Amino acid sequence: MVTTDVTASSSTAPGPDEHRMPRRRWLAELGWRHLVGVVAVVYALFPIVYVISASLSEGGTLTGSNQLFAQVSTSNYEALGGTLFWTWLGNSLQIAIATGVGTVLMGAAAAYAFSRFRFTGRRVGLTSLLIIQMFPQMLAFVAVFLLLIALGNVVPALGLNSKLALIAVYLGGALGVNTFLMYGFFNTIPRELDEAAKIDGATHAQTYWTIILRLVTPILAVVALLSFISTFGEFIIARLVLQSERNWTVAVGLYGWVSALLEANWGLFAAGAVISALPVLVLFLFLQKYIVGGLTAGAVKG
Amino acid sequence: MPSQPTLTGDATDPTGTTGGTSGPRGLSARDRDRPARGPVRPGTLVKIALMAVVNALGVFGVLAAWREGHMGILASMVALVVVADWVYFSKRTLPLKYILPGLAFLLVYQVYVVGYTGWVAFTNYGDGHNSTKEQAVEALLLQNERRVEGSPTYPLTVVDRGGALGFAIVEDGEAMVGTADDPLSEVPDATVDDDRVTEVPGATVLSRQDILRRQSEVTSLRVPVSDDPNDGWVRTQDARTGFLATPTLQWDPEADTMTDVTTGTVYEATSDGSFRSDDGQRLNVGWRVMVGLDNFRTAFGDERYAQPFVKILVWTFAFAILSVVSTFLLGLFLAITFNDTRVRGRKIYRTLLIFPYAIPGFLAALLWSGMLNRSYGFINQVLLGGAAVPWLTDPWLAKLSVLGVNLWLGFPYMFLICTGALQSLPGDVLEAAKVDGASAWRTWRSVTLPLLLVATSPLLISSFAFNFNNFTLIYMLTGGGPRFADASVPLGHTDILISMVYSVSGLDGTAAKNYGLASALSIVIFLIVATISAITFKRTKQFEEIS
Repeated sequence: MVTTDVTASSSTAPGPDEHRMPRRRWLAELGWRHLVGVVAVVYALFPIVYVISASLSEGGTLTGSNQLFAQVSTSNYEALGGTLFWTWLGNSLQIAIATGVGTVLMGAAAAYAFSRFRFTGRRVGLTSLLIIQMFPQMLAFVAVFLLLIALGNVVPALGLNSKLALIAVYLGGALGVNTFLMYGFFNTIPRELDEAAKIDGATHAQTYWTIILRLVTPILAVVALLSFISTFGEFIIARLVLQSERNWTVAVGLYGWVSALLEANWGLFAAGAVISALPVLVLFLFLQKYIVGGLTAGAVKG
Repeated sequence: MPSQPTLTGDATDPTGTTGGTSGPRGLSARDRDRPARGPVRPGTLVKIALMAVVNALGVFGVLAAWREGHMGILASMVALVVVADWVYFSKRTLPLKYILPGLAFLLVYQVYVVGYTGWVAFTNYGDGHNSTKEQAVEALLLQNERRVEGSPTYPLTVVDRGGALGFAIVEDGEAMVGTADDPLSEVPDATVDDDRVTEVPGATVLSRQDILRRQSEVTSLRVPVSDDPNDGWVRTQDARTGFLATPTLQWDPEADTMTDVTTGTVYEATSDGSFRSDDGQRLNVGWRVMVGLDNFRTAFGDERYAQPFVKILVWTFAFAILSVVSTFLLGLFLAITFNDTRVRGRKIYRTLLIFPYAIPGFLAALLWSGMLNRSYGFINQVLLGGAAVPWLTDPWLAKLSVLGVNLWLGFPYMFLICTGALQSLPGDVLEAAKVDGASAWRTWRSVTLPLLLVATSPLLISSFAFNFNNFTLIYMLTGGGPRFADASVPLGHTDILISMVYSVSGLDGTAAKNYGLASALSIVIFLIVATISAITFKRTKQFEEIS
């Protein structure tokens, strides 16, 4: 993404470089950029610094968290053990990972079919996908709720208060959102590769699993990540579907803490927030360049 | 179906069952007729195993649906299993083998759900109108029951017939048995001892312990006397004697009326799905009916909803547009700032600036809601030295706070895409501007900015669509509040359309459930978002990519 040489990137606030440029000119051309940069970084990071400090504060109340790093104690983190937080985090990870994997498998397969085969209904299919993706699934939450009531009467695992049902609902949105992103990428893989494999006696399945999928790994990573991240943060449908406290996701659970007793639960919330932000943050920083590529291809964080 | 000439013969399935055995390479007919050459591929086994699981689950689902009498679900499950078997065992369905898994989920959880939203929008589905008319009549009769004065009591035995609790009574020396779903009928071969039923063929008599264990079930059980619900039902309080209870409402299917037998008031069935008397009184249970455009009329015309609706609509647009503009301007400014290769440490700045974007949105909104708290929050207490600014409770300040928090959340995204766009600007165009003697400002105005906007506008529009439905931010930060002073519905100054839909639906428990109106509002949002998306697609010519 960025081509900075290694030595230059190691210092954030370099002094005026008199060897190359007089001080006045440095201030006019580059110095202000550092000033802006420092201000922007402070703006971007102070809430994060604050939440880390709050999570380490002794009392765990909102008022007690205002003095940054007045105390450093792990009491809030230990207190999480006495709550359902770890269960919620486990639920969130399960749901988000299952959705991410399912989305990639189904989206990639559909994109492969649309990109490589010519069949009746192909154009109609692609156009319908474009139209369907305009209707965010979230908008239909009332109907999702009613559908799950009906399904739950028949198969409880597909009804309300089931994580499986929630995953199924999320997977319903998989094709609409991601197929186009992937379709465009599949089209950039030359068809000659498929044909060569075919001539060598590979079946279409072998071609797909062993050749095409390896070549489109970047887009698979992007889709899996974006799907993971948006599922992890999804609230409205998760809140409706998961009704018993043990089944909640982190988003539903932490909202419960903050909306119920903001002042008293603040330390717990801060500790929970730091921990639940970590998986996403780590993925983001390590896979930055993939994500940036995916973003510019048209996806928006949820 | 597959019209691709090169892929016909061995084109069968994604797990690769049939090898390259048939078709274009001129094998003899005998070769082709042989089922498989060499060992069975592992893919085949995987496929057969998977399809066995799918079929087993399908059969299980079909049986469950049959037991519950849910024909719609039954039909869909049968269809899904049949289609899956056809697709994966036929040789003519190659593309579908890849599309079907996603398509099935899409059809059930998106297409059907959207269609269902469209249907509910034209009904009065919600509290008081939850079910069909028969169920509403039944519920009304059950709710309004009384013991018939001076009516006889019956010696009663509690029985279990096929898993359903029932009563066995003796009336005029005849044994009668019935359950909640199955009216009392004579059972001649039941054993009657001392004027009490002691044994019923095909049913077990409950022991005293069993009755105590299932006490609440027994006391709430109503066994109808006949198929006509007006005749009443047998109930018991001590599991030994039964009495006849009849509804105080009398249901007349022919005249379509309910008559209160104690007062003589006649309630007529109306077209809006409830029973109404001449003086305008309604019975509290109604049923679902199509109400045409009523929900839309309520949204735009009923003063309880119309006024908040217009305010919320305006604020939704303002919020979405201002969010996009503010984040874009800040992101662009930062992108320009760091788009100079001479700036040292750009990579570090960039990494640090991405942080807000990497924090899940719900966490950020909750975090800011604490920081902006009026009495204890960090902003008031520390940054403003103890001021009590009502960030989240004053109508205008709350709007400002929402925009401010969204700016914090959203600027890194704009920073990233603007950086990307700036770096991919064609160098020769900028060179040409320089050669032509354009000033830096002029180059920026007439060359860079237009190119930048072309590159980013689809993303700006999708960002607009995203913020238009940014439920999480609003709900977590302000909950839509502060509440409108004048409205009787739980709506507030920072509510956007999607959070209004959530409140109106009543699924959060703050208001009576009104699925019909909520769905109608969803449709309105959909029309707005779809119009905007359609314009985008036209602009970006995405449709033309389909070739």
